[in-house]
Amino acid sequence: MQHTHISAHHNLLDLRLGEVWQYRELIWLFTRRSFAVSYKQTVLGPAWLVINPLLTSLVYVVLFGNIARLGTDGVPQLLFYLAGHAVWSYFSACVSSNASTFTGNARLFGKVYFPRLVVPISSVLGAVLRFAIQLLPALILLVYYVAVGRVRPCWALWPLLPLLLAALGVMGMSVGIIISSLTTKYRDLQVLVSFGLSLWMYATPVVYPLSTVSGPLRTLLLWNPVTAPSELLRRCLLGVGGVPGWSLVWSGCFTLAAAIIGIMIFNKVERTFMDTV
Amino acid sequence: MASIPYAIRMEGVKKEYRLGAIGGRTLQADLQSWWAQKRGREDPNRRIGQRALSGDAFYALDGIDLTVQPGERLGIIGPNGAGKSTLLKLLCRITAPTEGNIDIYGRVASMLEVGTGFHGELTGRENIYMNGAILGMTRAEIDRRMEEIIDFSEVREFIDTPVKRYSSGMYVKLAFSVAAHLTSEIMIMDEVLAVGDMAFQRKCLDRMRLAADEEGRTVLYVSHNMSTIRRLCDRCIVLQKGKIIFDGPPEKAIAAYMDSGMGQGTVDMDLSALPRPNVTLSAAPRMTHLTLPGKDTPTYAPGEPLQLALTVDAPVSAPGVSVRLTLRSGEDTGLATAWSPPRDLPPGTSTLRLTLPLDTVAKGEFYVSLGLYQADELGRPRMLDHLTRACRIDCQGLPTWGVSAHGYFHLPPLAWLCP
Repeated sequence: MQHTHISAHHNLLDLRLGEVWQYRELIWLFTRRSFAVSYKQTVLGPAWLVINPLLTSLVYVVLFGNIARLGTDGVPQLLFYLAGHAVWSYFSACVSSNASTFTGNARLFGKVYFPRLVVPISSVLGAVLRFAIQLLPALILLVYYVAVGRVRPCWALWPLLPLLLAALGVMGMSVGIIISSLTTKYRDLQVLVSFGLSLWMYATPVVYPLSTVSGPLRTLLLWNPVTAPSELLRRCLLGVGGVPGWSLVWSGCFTLAAAIIGIMIFNKVERTFMDTV
Repeated sequence: MASIPYAIRMEGVKKEYRLGAIGGRTLQADLQSWWAQKRGREDPNRRIGQRALSGDAFYALDGIDLTVQPGERLGIIGPNGAGKSTLLKLLCRITAPTEGNIDIYGRVASMLEVGTGFHGELTGRENIYMNGAILGMTRAEIDRRMEEIIDFSEVREFIDTPVKRYSSGMYVKLAFSVAAHLTSEIMIMDEVLAVGDMAFQRKCLDRMRLAADEEGRTVLYVSHNMSTIRRLCDRCIVLQKGKIIFDGPPEKAIAAYMDSGMGQGTVDMDLSALPRPNVTLSAAPRMTHLTLPGKDTPTYAPGEPLQLALTVDAPVSAPGVSVRLTLRSGEDTGLATAWSPPRDLPPGTSTLRLTLPLDTVAKGEFYVSLGLYQADELGRPRMLDHLTRACRIDCQGLPTWGVSAHGYFHLPPLAWLCP
C-alpha cells in the first residue's frame, strides 16, 4: 500500500518525480483541456494556431522587411519571420503560461493535492505542441525554398534540434516558475510579465539577424541567454546565423542556474503558498 | 490490511499562521521594511502600536497526536476556529505542517470541495475524467467505474453536454458522484453534504457508510451536524483551540462537547457571501449574519420555537421593512410562508430578533428562506434582499408522525360535525 510521509522539514531539491510519473495522465489531461477550452465556440478552431503566426509574420514582412529594411541574411523574408516568430512564441508561452501557475490555480490547489509540478510540465507540453503546429507553415515554405535552392539548412546540426528546444523550454519554464512563485507574495511581477516579454523579444534576434548588429550592442545581445538557442535554431533550419561559443556556454549555465533556483523556490512555495495567496 | 499498523499517524503536529503577514504585499513595501531593518530604523510599514510582524503568530493546530486504525470512521467536532479544517488540509497535503510528522498508509481522497477542476466548456464525461485524474485515479480505474458514476449522478441524459449548461443541482450531483466513487483507502470529508438536495445527501451518506462497512475504508468526517456524526462514525475527537480535548465513542464525545460549554454557543452563519437574485437594489439593506441564539445545532424539539437573530446592514434608513420566512423542503419546494409586521430600519448595522413557533411543523429537515421586503407605492411587497437557503433546521416532531401521517404540517384537529 502507498505510504506517504509528510514532515515539516524537507529537501528543497527533491522533485519527487516518481509521484509526478504516477500522475502522468493528469499532465496529458491538463494539456488537452487547455487546447479544448481555448478553441471551443470559435468558428475556425485550431486553425487559429496557424493563422495567427502567418498574419503576424506578414506584418513583420511589411514593417521590418520593407519599411525598416532590416536584413534577413539572404533568407526569404516570410520564411525568416515565420521561423523566428514560432521559436519566440514557444519560449514566451513557456514563460507566461508558467508565470501564473500558482495564482491562476489557487482555487484548485486549495482543494486537492496532486504534485504541483504537473501544472508547469503540462504547460510546457502544450507550448511544444503549439510550436509544432505553428512551425508547419514555416516547414512547408522551407521545403519549397530548399527545392528551388534558395535556402540551405545546416543538416549536420539537426540532431541538436530537440536539445535546443528542450533547453529553451526548460529556460522558459524556470523563469516562469520563479516569477509565479514570487507572485504568490508579490503581485507586482504579474504586471511585468507581458510587458517584459515583449521588451525581451526585441532584445533577442527574432525580427532581425544577429549579424546586422555590431559593437557593444552585439555583446549585449550575446549576454541575452535566449540569443544563443534562437540563433542556433536558425542555423539548423535556415543555414544562417550563429553565436560565439562563450555565449552558448553562458546560455547553458543560465538555464541550469534558473532551473535549480526555480525548483528550489517552487518546492518551498508549493508547500505553504495556500496560506499566503 | 492486517500488516499495516495504522492508516494515519500524526505526531506532534503544529501549524502556525501569521497574523497580519497574510495576503498580498508589494515588493516595494517588503524592500522598504528590509532596508529599514538593515539600518536599524523603524519599519515604515508597521502600523503604530502594532508589534513586530514576527511576533503575531498563532497555532491553528498545537501539538496533535493522533493514530487512526484502518477501517475506522472518525468524526471530528469542535467549535469554529478549533482547527478542524486545518487538520484535514494537512492530511490532504494542501498545506504543510510547521512542525511534526504525519504518516499515511493508503491513498487519500479528499472531498473538501466537490467539483474541483470542473471546467464549464467540457462535457460531463470529459469532466469525470478530468476530476478523477485530479483526485488521483488512473484512466483505467475511471473507465471501470464510469457507468456506475453516471448512474449515481442521475444526469445520464446530459452526460455529453458541456457542464456550463447544467443547473447547479446537476453540477453538484455529478461532482459528488465522482468523489464518491474514488478508489482510495482513506476518505476525508468536510461537511461536503451541505450541498445538493436532501434526498441526494442521504444517498451520499449511505454510500459513504457502505464504503466504510463493506470496503473497509477509513473515513474522516468533519461536521457540525451531530446526528450525522452519530449515524456515520464509530469514534470521535473533539478539537478546541488546536488541541484534542476528547477522543472516544461518538456519544461521549458529543456529550463532552456539549458539556464543556462550547456546545452552548450559537449556530452562527455568515450570509454576506451567499448567492442572491441580482434584482436587489443598490441602496437596499442586506442580511449579513444569522445566528440561532442558544442553539449549537439547528435541531428543534417538539414545542421549541425557532428563534433568529438576523444582522442587517442598511446603507440608508429603510422604513417599513418586513421579514419574510419560507420553509422549504429538501427538494426546494416552498411549503409555507410567514411574514413579520413592518418595522423601520435605521441606517447602519442592526440586529433583528424574530421568533416563530414550530408547533405545527412535522418531523423533518427544512431549508429556511429569508427575505427583506418593503411595500411599494401600490402596497405590493418589493424585494430588497433574499436568500433561498439562509439556513437549515431539523425538526424532531412528534414520535407518532410518519407512522400513519403525511405531509409537512399538522392541520388543526378534525372535529365531529354532530357530536
